[in-house]
Amino acid sequence: MSALTQSTPAAAQSDAAPEKELRPPSYWPFVVPALVVVLAIIIFPWIFTIWMSLNEWKVGSPTTFVGFSNYLRLPSDPRFIEAIGHTLVYTVLSVVLPLVLGTLAAVVFHQKFAGRGFLRGIFIMPMMATPVAIALVWTMMFHPQLGVLNYLLSLVGIPPQLWVFHPGTVIPSLVLVETWQWTPLIMLIVLGGLAAIPTEPYESAQIDGANIWQVFRFITLPLIMPFLFIAGMIRMIDAVKSFDIIFAITQGGPGSASETINLYLYSVAFIYYDLGYGSAIAVVFFLLIVALAAVMLYARQRMLWTEIASGA
Amino acid sequence: MTPRQIIGKIGLWLAVFVIVSPAILFFLWMASLSLKFEVDNAAYPPVFIPEHFAWKNYADVLGSNRFLTYFINSLVVTGSATALALMVGVPAGYGIARMAAHKSAIVILIARITPGLSYLIPLFLLFQWLGLLGTLIPQIIIHLVVTVPIVIWIMIGYFETTPLELEEAALIDGATRWQVFRHVALPIARPGIAVAFILAVIFSWNNFVFGIVLAGRETRTLPVAVYNMISFDQLSWGPLAAAALIVTFPVLLLTVLAQRQIVAGLTAGAVKGG
Repeated sequence: MSALTQSTPAAAQSDAAPEKELRPPSYWPFVVPALVVVLAIIIFPWIFTIWMSLNEWKVGSPTTFVGFSNYLRLPSDPRFIEAIGHTLVYTVLSVVLPLVLGTLAAVVFHQKFAGRGFLRGIFIMPMMATPVAIALVWTMMFHPQLGVLNYLLSLVGIPPQLWVFHPGTVIPSLVLVETWQWTPLIMLIVLGGLAAIPTEPYESAQIDGANIWQVFRFITLPLIMPFLFIAGMIRMIDAVKSFDIIFAITQGGPGSASETINLYLYSVAFIYYDLGYGSAIAVVFFLLIVALAAVMLYARQRMLWTEIASGA
Repeated sequence: MTPRQIIGKIGLWLAVFVIVSPAILFFLWMASLSLKFEVDNAAYPPVFIPEHFAWKNYADVLGSNRFLTYFINSLVVTGSATALALMVGVPAGYGIARMAAHKSAIVILIARITPGLSYLIPLFLLFQWLGLLGTLIPQIIIHLVVTVPIVIWIMIGYFETTPLELEEAALIDGATRWQVFRHVALPIARPGIAVAFILAVIFSWNNFVFGIVLAGRETRTLPVAVYNMISFDQLSWGPLAAAALIVTFPVLLLTVLAQRQIVAGLTAGAVKGG
C-alpha cells in the first residue's frame, strides 16, 4: 500500500490523502497563537460564566456557591418571562420580513442593469453603517411631533403614530429598523444562491409558456430553498441577540415593553451587578438560541421528507 | 426592442428604485438633519433642503476637544484588534484549511451564536482584577471576540480555494513550512486578507455593547461617545446628526469603495460578532 502511494505521487496529490510531507500535525504551529486567543476570550469566558452561574455573585459582596438556585429563580421571574415573549415576537418578525423582502430584492439584483454594482453597494449600506448612529437618526424620525415618519403618514392620510413611544407599537417600530438594516444580508445570501442556479429549467419553462409567478414559485423558490434556510438561520441568531438598536432607541422601554432577554441580561449584570444571576441568564439565553436553531433544522428536515414523500 | 421588452425594462428600473430608496432616503435625511439649524429641524412640515446650511454643526462636533480623544480611541481599539486578529487569524486559517480540520469551525460557530454580553460578564471581572479598567486594553482584547472569528472564518474559506501545487513545489525544493506560508501562500491570499481586514475593521468600528460596559470617560470609542451625547443634547438634533454621520462616514465610504470585497466576504457566510 505504501509502495503504491510512493510510486504514484501524482495520484497521491490529487487524492484527499496527503503525502508524507503534508502530514497534518505539522501545521499545528500556525494554529497555536489563534488557539491561545480563542481559549482566552471565548472558551475561558464560557467556563467562567457557567461557574459564576452556580454562585451568588454580586459586585462588592463575597461569593457563595448556591448550586442551581440562580436557574431556579428564572421561571418565577416575571421580567424574564416577559422578556422571552418580547424576544420571540421580535425575532419572528425580524426573520420573516427581511426574508421576504430580501428574496424579492435578490430577484431584482439578479437581473442585469447599468450601475448594478454601485447600487448594490448603496443597498448594503444600512447593514454596514454604525448601528448606534443609525438608531439615533431613527429616534428622530420616530419623534411624534417633529418626526419625518408621521409627516410621511400624514401625506397619505394616516393619523400620527407614537411609534417607539407607545408600548403597543414599540416592537413593530423596532422591527421596522431591524428590517431596514438587515434585509440586505438576506439579499446577498439569496443572490449567491440565484447565481448558482442552472439555466436549463428556465429555458424549458419558457417553452412551456410559464408566467413569471409560476417560474418563481415552481423553479426559483425550490432551488434557492437551501440558501433561504441558511439566511433565515443567520438572521434568527442575529435577531435574538439584537442589542444596539433596541438599547439606543428605547433601552427596553417604554416601561419594559421592548425589553428582550439581551436587554434584561444587561440590566441584571451591569446595572444591578448581579453577576451570578446574569450568568445564569446568559447560559439559558445561549441554550434558547441553540434550541431555536434546532427547531429550524428540524422543520427543514420535515419539509424535505414531505417533499420526498409527495414525490416532488 | 419590442414593447414588451420596453415595459420589462421600465418595470425593472421601477423595482430597483423602490428597493434602493429606503437606504438612499434615510442617509439623505440623515445628511439633511445634520446640515440644518434648530429652527429648520423643529419645523413642521419638515424642511428637506434648508436655505442656509448649518456647517457649524460639523465644526462644533469636530472642534470639541473630546471628539479627538474619542476618535483616537476608536482608531487604537479597531486598529489594534484588527492587526492582532490578522496576525493570529491568517496563519490559523491557513493551518486549519491545510489540515482540513473542519471540526475546529465549531468553536467559531459557538462564538457566532454567543451573545456579546456573555463574554462581558467574566471578562469585566477579569479586567477589574487586573486593574486594567481605566485603559483601552480591555476594549482591544474584547474586540478580538469580534475580529478573530471573522478573520479565521474568511481565511479558512480563502485558503481552501488557493492551489496547492506551488506550495508543494516549494516544499520539495527544501523550503520550510513557514517559508512556504510566508513567500508562497501569503502573497496569493492577499485578496482574501483584504476582505477579512475590511470586515474586521467595520464590525469592530461599529461595536457598541463592549464600550458601554468597559469604557470610562476617557476611554470611550466613537459609538459610545455618540450614544452619550443623546442624554445631554436631547433637543439639538443638528449637532447630534452631524456626530452620527461623522462616526459612520468612514464605514459608509468603505462600503461603497470596497463593495465587491464586502459582498464576497458576507456571501461566504461571514460572521458578525457581538
